[in-house]
Amino acid sequence: MSIDIDIDEITEVFIEESLEGLDIMEHGLLNLDIGAADPETMNAIFRAAHSIKGGGATFGFTEISEFAHDLETLLDEMRQGERPVTREGVDLTLQSVDCLRAMIRALATGEDLSGEAATLRAALAAMLADGNNVGVASAEAPAATSAEPTEAPIIGWTISFTPKPELFVRGNDPSAIFAELQRISSTEVTCAGFDEVDFESLDPTRCTLRWDIVLYDGVEREQIDEVFSWAIDDCELIVEPVLGEVPTPVAPVSSTEPAAVAPTPAADKPAATSAPKAKAKGSGGESSSIRVNIDKVDNLINLVGELVITQSMLSRFNGDFDFTQLPALREGLAQLSRNTRELQDSVMAIRMLPISFAFARFPRLVRDTGNALGKMVDLQVVGEGTELDKTVLEKIGDPLVHLVRNSLDHGLETPEERVAAGKPETGVLELRAYHEGGNIVIEVSDDGAGINSDKVFEKAIERGVISAEEQLSEERIINLIFMPGFSTADQVSDLSGRGVGMDVVRRNIADLGGHVSVKSERGVGSTFTIRLPLTLAILDGQLVRVGQESYIVPLVSIVETIQSGNENISQVAGESELFRLRDEYLPVLRLHELFGIEADSTEIDDGLLVVAEANGQRVGIFVDDLQEQQQVVIKSLESNFRQTAGISGATILGDGTVALIVDVPGLIQLFFDRVAEQRRHEAVA
Amino acid sequence: MATELNKDPLDREYGTGAAGQYLTFMLAGEEYGVEILKVQEIKGWDRATPIPNAPEYVLGVLNLRGAVVPIIDLRCRFGIEQVPYGPTTVVIVVKMQSEEQERTVGVVVDGVADVYRLEDSDIQPPPEMGDSAHTEFVGGLATVEDKMVILLEVDRLIDFKDMQPVSAQASAA
Repeated sequence: MSIDIDIDEITEVFIEESLEGLDIMEHGLLNLDIGAADPETMNAIFRAAHSIKGGGATFGFTEISEFAHDLETLLDEMRQGERPVTREGVDLTLQSVDCLRAMIRALATGEDLSGEAATLRAALAAMLADGNNVGVASAEAPAATSAEPTEAPIIGWTISFTPKPELFVRGNDPSAIFAELQRISSTEVTCAGFDEVDFESLDPTRCTLRWDIVLYDGVEREQIDEVFSWAIDDCELIVEPVLGEVPTPVAPVSSTEPAAVAPTPAADKPAATSAPKAKAKGSGGESSSIRVNIDKVDNLINLVGELVITQSMLSRFNGDFDFTQLPALREGLAQLSRNTRELQDSVMAIRMLPISFAFARFPRLVRDTGNALGKMVDLQVVGEGTELDKTVLEKIGDPLVHLVRNSLDHGLETPEERVAAGKPETGVLELRAYHEGGNIVIEVSDDGAGINSDKVFEKAIERGVISAEEQLSEERIINLIFMPGFSTADQVSDLSGRGVGMDVVRRNIADLGGHVSVKSERGVGSTFTIRLPLTLAILDGQLVRVGQESYIVPLVSIVETIQSGNENISQVAGESELFRLRDEYLPVLRLHELFGIEADSTEIDDGLLVVAEANGQRVGIFVDDLQEQQQVVIKSLESNFRQTAGISGATILGDGTVALIVDVPGLIQLFFDRVAEQRRHEAVA
Repeated sequence: MATELNKDPLDREYGTGAAGQYLTFMLAGEEYGVEILKVQEIKGWDRATPIPNAPEYVLGVLNLRGAVVPIIDLRCRFGIEQVPYGPTTVVIVVKMQSEEQERTVGVVVDGVADVYRLEDSDIQPPPEMGDSAHTEFVGGLATVEDKMVILLEVDRLIDFKDMQPVSAQASAA
C-alpha cells in the first residue's frame, strides 16, 4: 500500500503474528470435537483467520488474504452452525493452515507457492459450494449465493460509504482507502454529503462526511471487502453490484456479516494481483524478538527500585564510618546480595518462555504420525507452563520431535499387538516437563513395548560399538542406543531411521549443556529423560582446585565425587590408569598433567576423583580438592583469545579473578588424543 | 607550522609507520613504541589465570571489567631473558586486529616511558636484519632526541594460528 513507513519492520510483525495466529488455529482445530464443536474454540479459530486476512490485505499480500478469506468463509459457516463440523472439513482446514503458514514463511524467502495454494483454494471452494447444497442451515444464506450463477455479468460496483464519527480515532484514513480502490480499479469518489454541524463545535477528530464510490473494471467483491476490512466495524457500508444492464435489488451487507458469496478461484484475478514483495531475509527460523509478560517487567522495575533504596542506604557509609555502624553495614550488604540475586532471576525470567511453545507442534505431529502408522495414540502433556530459556527452547524442538517420532514408531505397538498383550488399544504418549534444582527435566514416555535389550546388545556388537565379551548392566545396554553408528530400527522407515540416529539427539542436547538418558522396561514402556540447564548464560558449577588453580566443572556432568585409595588404581599395560568404581573400571584423567600445571600431590590417595560423564563415557578426573558449588556467568574465551581444548569458557569469581570452565567432553577427547599420541611415540621409540 | 596546525590528529592514516602519537615503554633497556590509538588502558600487573596448553608467552587471562582478556609477556615473546616482575611492571592493554576480529590483549612490559608525537620524517622503515625471527613485530624505527624507538606492529603480537589443534599441542607437552 501507499503508506510509506518502515514497511519491512511491520511486515515482520505481521509474519510473526500470523504465525502465532496459525498456531492458535491449529491448536483449536486439533482440540475440536467432531460433530460437537465448542463455540468458543470455533470463534478463536475464526478470529485468527480473520486477522490474517485483514493483515494480509493491509500489507498487500493479496494471495494470503484471499486464501485466508476462503478459509474464513468456511470457518464462519461452521461457526454459525450453517455447516456441520466434519472430519473432512477439519482436515482441509488443517491443510489450509499448513499452506498459509508456508505462504507466510515464503514472504521471507520469496518462494512461490501459488500452485499449492490454488489447489487448496479449489478444494475449499468445492467444499463451500457443496455445503450450500447439503448444508444444514443454508436457509439464511441463499439470497446472495443462489442468485449468483444466473445473474448478468457484473461490470462494476457502487459503494455507499458512511463512516461512523470515530473512524479517524480508530486509525482509519478514508483517503488511503480511496487510494487503494483507485489502485485496483478506476474509481469515482464523490462526497455524498456531511452531517450538519455548526462551525464552533466542529471537532477535527470526528468524521462527518459520507461518500459514494463507483468502481468499474471487473473488480471482485472480495477485493472491495479487503480494502474495507479494517474500517468495516466503523462504518455503514452498502455495496451493490452494477450488472450488465439489468438493475438488481440492493443487497445490503452489514459489517458483522461477512460476505456469503462463493469465492472464485485465483485464476481470473486482474492485473492488480501483484505478487507479494519477495524479500530475502537473512535471518533463519529463529525469531529475534521476544514477547514479555507485563508482570515480569513490573517485577523487574520493582526490584530495580529496591536496589536503588539499598544503594542509597549503603551510600550513607561512604563518608565517615565508625565501627558502631558495622551491623547496619552488614545488613545493607545482605540486602544488596538478596536484591542482586532476585534481579538476576527476574532478568533471566524475561528470556524464559513456557515450554508449551515447543510442545505445541506435538498434538498435530502425533495425530498425523499415528494415522500414518495405523496406531492409536493418546497424547498427554503435563507441565506445559514450565519455563525455560528462549534459546534452549528453540533448540530443543528438533531433538524432541525425534524422540516423539521414535516413541511412536518403535515404542508404541499397533492396536492388535496391544490387545494381544492385554493392554488397551490406545497407547499413551506422555510429554512431561518440570523443574528440578536449576534444571528443567523433559520426559518423553510411552506405554509401549519397551526396548529389547538383547537386540540392542546384539546390534551393538554387530556394529562394533562394544565387544562381545563386555559385561554390561541392562541399563547400560539400553543407553547404548545413544552411541554413534547405532540405529535400533529393524528397517528404515519413513519416520525414524533416516540416518539421524539417537546419537544426534544426544549431541544436540549436549550442545545445550544437557544430558539425555533412557529407562525402559520390556512390555511396559520406555521413558526418555532430558535434563537441561534453565539458561545458557549461567551454569551451575563445582569449583575444583588443582595446585594454585581453580576450575569449574559443570554440575550436570558430575556423577559423584569420591576419595579413592591407591589400591583401587591399576596400571593397564604400564600406561593408562584405571580405577575401580563398584562394578566398573574408569580411566583416570589427571587434570594437572592434561593442563600442564603443578598439583599439590600426584598421589591418588591425597586428592579426590570427580566422576564425570560425557557422551556415555565415564571418567574420573583427579583433582586436589573440591571447593564450593556456585552459579557462574559464562564468558567467552574466544572473543579475545581462541578456543582451547578442554575448556568451554571462563567466568569471573567473587574475588575478581578468572576461573576457567572445564568442557568435560573436550577434556575426555584431549585425554584420548594424548594417550594415542603417547602410543605413537612409544612405537617410534 | 601552518601545515601542522591544519592537520587533524584523527584524520591521519592508520597503520604503523604513520605519523601520530606513540606511547613508548621500556623492555630490556630498549624503548618501544605503540600507536596511542591502539592502546586502551594501562594497568598494574596482576596474576593471570593460566590457560592450559597455550604458548609459553601467553601468561593467561585477566578480568578486565568483566571481559576475559589474555595477557602476553613481551620479554618471553621476544625471547629475551626473564626478570622478576617489579613495581614498574605494567600491563598495556591494546586492541589488536587479526583474522578480521578485534581482540583486546594485555601486554606485560618493564615500564611505561613516554608519549611522543612523531612525523613521517621521523620514521624509517625497519632495516633488513636477516633471518631474525622477531623482525616481523617491527613496523619501523624512529629517532627521538638521539634515542632509537622501535615501533611495534601490535597486530602481530599473538599468532593465533600458532595455537594448533589438540593433537599437535599434545606432542609438544
